[in-house]
Amino acid sequence: MRLALVNLSYLVASVLFILTFKGLSHPRTAVRANLMGSVGMLIAVVATLLLLDWSQGVQRYGVIFAGLAVGSVVGALLALKIRMTAMPQMVALLNGFGGAASTLVAGAALFEELARGRMPSNQFTVATVASGIIGAVTFWGSLVAFAKLEEILPGRPILFGGRQAVNVALLAISLLLGAGLVARPDLVWLYWAIVVFSAILGVTSVIPVGGADMPVVICLLNSYSGLAACATGFVLDNNMLIIAGSLVGASGIILSEIMCRAMNRSLGNVLFGGVGAEIVTGAAADAVYAGRVKAASAEVIAMVLASARRVVIVPGYGMAVSQAQHAVRDLANLLESRGAEVEFGVHPVAGRMPGHMNVLLAEADIPYDKVKEMDAINPSFAQTDAVIVIGANDVVNPLARTDPKSPIAGMPILDVDKARTVIVIKRSLSPGFAGIPNPLFAADTTLRYFGDGKKAVLDLVDALKQENHLVRPDNQASTRAQ
Amino acid sequence: MEALAITLTVFLLAMFVGFEVITKVPPTLHTPLTSGSNAISGITLVGAILSAGLQLTTLTTVLGFLAVVFATINVVGGFLVTHRMLRMFKRK
Repeated sequence: MRLALVNLSYLVASVLFILTFKGLSHPRTAVRANLMGSVGMLIAVVATLLLLDWSQGVQRYGVIFAGLAVGSVVGALLALKIRMTAMPQMVALLNGFGGAASTLVAGAALFEELARGRMPSNQFTVATVASGIIGAVTFWGSLVAFAKLEEILPGRPILFGGRQAVNVALLAISLLLGAGLVARPDLVWLYWAIVVFSAILGVTSVIPVGGADMPVVICLLNSYSGLAACATGFVLDNNMLIIAGSLVGASGIILSEIMCRAMNRSLGNVLFGGVGAEIVTGAAADAVYAGRVKAASAEVIAMVLASARRVVIVPGYGMAVSQAQHAVRDLANLLESRGAEVEFGVHPVAGRMPGHMNVLLAEADIPYDKVKEMDAINPSFAQTDAVIVIGANDVVNPLARTDPKSPIAGMPILDVDKARTVIVIKRSLSPGFAGIPNPLFAADTTLRYFGDGKKAVLDLVDALKQENHLVRPDNQASTRAQ
Repeated sequence: MEALAITLTVFLLAMFVGFEVITKVPPTLHTPLTSGSNAISGITLVGAILSAGLQLTTLTTVLGFLAVVFATINVVGGFLVTHRMLRMFKRK
């Protein structure tokens, strides 16, 4: 009876998890969806506690409550302290912890079976091996991703000769040891050996990936952490773990595919290509830029903006680095108060993880309905008077469309060059992640404003306010005529 | 073998549900989707509690305790940070 009740609770929790993902289909329902997920988790935990034998008193289970308390405090501190720009690191770390927990649970379950003198079934051992491999790869891979994003390790790809062969060998060894464990489950050391080799595999498979490719890696590790939980579900014969784990697994796979498509690269190329390891030399850059780059004053740019009816702002990760979000919001509000229509165009890989830029803009109180994704905003550039590109480079590089030999050839970009005027705010002409020059910066319709993102935007806001005083009557007349 | 067929059925159906539901999540919410699904992958907590509670050997209790800590960080941190992010999304 009690078991049936617990299983029904697990069913309720599973349904709540599915509804969580369903509710995330719109910002309006998303907060409630996330709460549903946490209620589902609470139900699952309470139901599991009911499975324990409480006849010997609460103190017997002190170790559980100690674990829950430590984990809650650490988790809450992480969640409340983390800066929104550091969200990818946070997610990487949490992915890793989930993977580690699955590996530990699967191992403990194996040792328990043996301690009871039972011979585990093949399903049990195969799933234990899967959980051990996936969980360990997730934990160590995530730690490397975390270190790269936090710049403890260099962000550029760290390449070593024969890395593919090394990875294949490590996986093969882990699988062979796994086959050994399935044949002889009593050889406990095999499990630890699997974990060690998989841990090395986790490190060697993530370390060659460059910082700008981290979004894909994070999605993939997210997927792994779900699949590890799923494998643990097969170990424990627990349907709830299988359902929750496969939902997460599916989510991570979908997101990594979306990211790869946004860069026009295959998953294999991202993981093994080591793109960004070499920097293209300056010769090509000179040919593109020589004498053609126009640096404009804040006043000239303000004049252009003052007469613009429609302005699109294209933020890149550089904007977040210089903490210019709030200044950008002020500029957008100022333009709107003058009657211009302002929207934001965000490329899928604009941040350090999928949707990162949207979170950063939301943090600066920019309404989400003003932030458009690439496919939605691209057709509108031809009717746009001014585009402000701030801290973005490769995602607005027209070479992706025109130069089939370029490393970014075929990558979908924001077609800002179709707009009447493009204003580029950037510190220098240094290349973006792809290491190539950007002809957009030398185009006739482009105005360059050199400077640190935040300060540059503040300069423009000041200049626009001045402009406000000068041309006010004109502007009002034209607004009325509209 | 019969039990395996049932769990495999559940696994495949859940995968299909996952693909159907998640493809409808808009790009705006992809970061909260990642952190929220992250929290859900902490469901391993259930297995961790059972191991820590069973206390069959010292080794399994220690492994269970560590797993409870890791999974709880995952769960609490994941849901909380997702909530923090989602509350920032406002309409005009």
